[in-house]
Amino acid sequence: MTAFDLNSDSVRALNQHLHESPSGKLSVTNPGGRHCIACGINAAVEVSIDGHVGYYCAGMNKNAQITIAGNAGPGVAENIMSGSVRVKGNASQYAGASGQGGTLIIEGDASARCGISMKGVDIVVAGSVGHMSGFMAQKGRLIICGDAGNSLGDSIYEACIYVRGNVGELGADCIEKEMTAEHTENLKDLLASTGIDANAEEFRRYGSARKLYNFNIDHADDY
Amino acid sequence: MSDDKTLRPSATFPQNVLDEIHRAADQGIYEIRGFGAKRSLPTFDDLVFLGASMSRYPLEGYREKCATDVVMGTRYAKKPIELKIPITIAGMSFGALGANAKEALGRAATAMGTSTTTGDGGMTEEERQSSKTLVYQVLPSRYGLNPDDVRRADALEVVVGQGAKPGGGGMLLGHKITERVAEMRDLPQEIDQRSACRHPDWTGPDDLEIKIQELREITDWEIPIYVKVGATRVSYDVALAVKSGADVIVVDGMQGGTAATQDVFIEHVGIPTLPAVRMAVEALQELDMHRKVQLIVSGGIRSGADAAKALAMGADAVSLGSATMVAMGCNRNVYIEDYEALGTAPGYCHHCHTGRCPVGITTQDADLEERLQPEQGARWLRNYLTTMVLEIQTLARACGKTHVLNLEPEDLTALTIEAAAMAKVPLAGTDWIPGNNK
Repeated sequence: MTAFDLNSDSVRALNQHLHESPSGKLSVTNPGGRHCIACGINAAVEVSIDGHVGYYCAGMNKNAQITIAGNAGPGVAENIMSGSVRVKGNASQYAGASGQGGTLIIEGDASARCGISMKGVDIVVAGSVGHMSGFMAQKGRLIICGDAGNSLGDSIYEACIYVRGNVGELGADCIEKEMTAEHTENLKDLLASTGIDANAEEFRRYGSARKLYNFNIDHADDY
Repeated sequence: MSDDKTLRPSATFPQNVLDEIHRAADQGIYEIRGFGAKRSLPTFDDLVFLGASMSRYPLEGYREKCATDVVMGTRYAKKPIELKIPITIAGMSFGALGANAKEALGRAATAMGTSTTTGDGGMTEEERQSSKTLVYQVLPSRYGLNPDDVRRADALEVVVGQGAKPGGGGMLLGHKITERVAEMRDLPQEIDQRSACRHPDWTGPDDLEIKIQELREITDWEIPIYVKVGATRVSYDVALAVKSGADVIVVDGMQGGTAATQDVFIEHVGIPTLPAVRMAVEALQELDMHRKVQLIVSGGIRSGADAAKALAMGADAVSLGSATMVAMGCNRNVYIEDYEALGTAPGYCHHCHTGRCPVGITTQDADLEERLQPEQGARWLRNYLTTMVLEIQTLARACGKTHVLNLEPEDLTALTIEAAAMAKVPLAGTDWIPGNNK
C-alpha cells in the first residue's frame, strides 16, 4: 500500500501521484484539516484518509473509493461523478454538491445544503441534515436517516428525497409523495449497499410538485 | 379635432412606458429577452485618441511592425495561454446557441489564434474539436460540469457574474430544451431551466480561494484560472479576485449580452464598461498586479476602436459576445418574414430567448440552424476579427506604438465630462479630470 503522511508530504504531491500513477490502495495520514485532498481522481483506487479533512476532499471524484475516518469540511465529494466517498464522521456544508453519479455516505450528520444542485449522485446520511438540503436537486437520491432542517428540497427538480425523521419545513415546490413498494425496495437496496442500518419502511418520500417547471403567474406566490 | 395640446405626450409616461405597462397588465410577468442593454450609456465612443504629432513619433501603417500577441495566465499556470490577438470570444452556452454557431465560433477563434469559451450547459464535442484554445466555464448551475472536460480545457473560468445581470442567474426557456440540451443538463425536456445565481459550494472570496485551489489541484496547476465578474463594485471585486488567486480577471460591463434575462435586470443593474475598465486597472495597480494578473474586458465591445481604447486604459485583451453573433448574421436583413413572425424586424431583434432566431444562431430548431453553416459563420467572424485587429493596429501605429499593449491612457482624451470622469482621462482641450482632486 502506498502511504502519504501529510505532516511531511504535501497535498500537491499526493494529488499529483493520484493523477499520474494511481493504483491499488493508498493511505493518507495526518490530513490535519487540509483542503483539496484526493480531488480529481480518475481511477479505481482505494484511498483511506485517517483524520479530518478540510474543503473539497474527493472533489469531482471518478471511480475511486475514498474513506475519510474523520469529519469533512465544506464541499466533500462536490461534483462526484462515480465511485464512492464515505465520511465516517460529520460533514460540513454543501456535501455532494452538484454530484452527478456515484455514492456519498455520511455516517454522522451533514450540515446545510447537503446535496445542493445534485445531478444524479446517491447521498446517504445516517444522521440529520441542515437547512436547504436538496436545493435545486435535479437527479439522484438523498436519503436522510435522521431529521431534515428547514426548506428541504427547495426548488427541487427530479431528485428523490427520503427522510426517516422529522422535516422542519418543506421548501418551494417540494411535497411529500406516495412511498410505493417499489420505492421502499429501491431504498432498501441502497441502504444495504451502503451499509447503513435503517429500516426502509420508516421513510417518507419527497419530490417536486412540478408547479414551478414553467413560469405561471398564478404560481408566483410559491416562489 | 386634435391639436398640439390635446396630443401632448407625457414625459413621465412616454409611449414606450405606456406600452410596457399595458404589456405587463396583459401578461403579468416581466419581459424576458436576449441581447444586451438598449438604453444609451457612456461608451468608448466618448473617448478619442491623440495621434502622434510634434511630440510623438508615429509608425508607418502597413509597413512598420505593430505586434498584437498577448499571454494570459502568467501568474501561476504552468501553461499560460498565448494568443495572437488581444480579442477573445466570450462564453456563450450551447443551448442558448445552436451547435453550428458554437462550432463557427471555435473555427474562427482557432483561425485567428485566439480562444473561445464554453458556457452554461457544458462543453460540446464540436466545440472542443473546432477550438484550439478553449476556456471552460465553471458556472453556478454546474450544468454539464465534467472533470474530463476540466482536464481537456486550456483554461478554466469561474463565473461569478456577467455584465447583463450581475447578481442574477439565468433562465433557458423550455422551448429551447431539446433532448440533447436536456441530457447535457440532467433535466427534463421543455421545462424552464433555471441557472443559479450563486455557486452551490462556495460563498465569498475566502471560499473562492480554496475553490480555485481545488481546480488547480485537479488540473495539476497547469492551466490558467480566470475569474469573471459582472461590473458593479469593480474595485473590490478585482482586488478580491486577485486575493483569491485568479490568473486572469474578466470584467463584463452592463452592455454585455445575454440569451434570456429580465429586461429590468439588463437595463438597470451594473455599470457601463467604460468606468469598469478604469476601476479594474486601478485595483490591479494598487496591488502591483497590473500585467501580472491579466485583465480581459467585455461588454459592448464592437470595433477595433473600442478594443484599442480598452487596451489603452490598461486592459490586456477584450472579449466579444454579442458582436460575434452580429458578425455571423444576427439582425441581418434576411428572412424578414421570420423576424415579423416574432413581432420584430432586422435591427431590432432581441428574441434569442424564443429559440426562433431567424438567422439560425440562438436556436435549437434544426431547420433554422441550417441557416448558419459553421464554415460560413466562421468566415464572417474571421473577416470581422481581422478588421478589428487592423483597426487596433492602425490606431496603435498612429500613437507610435510597436505593440498594442503599449497604448496608454495618455493617448486618450474625453469628449464628454461624464466620460472624462469615468475613464479618468482629461476632457478634450483641457487638463481637467472631473473627480480628480490632484
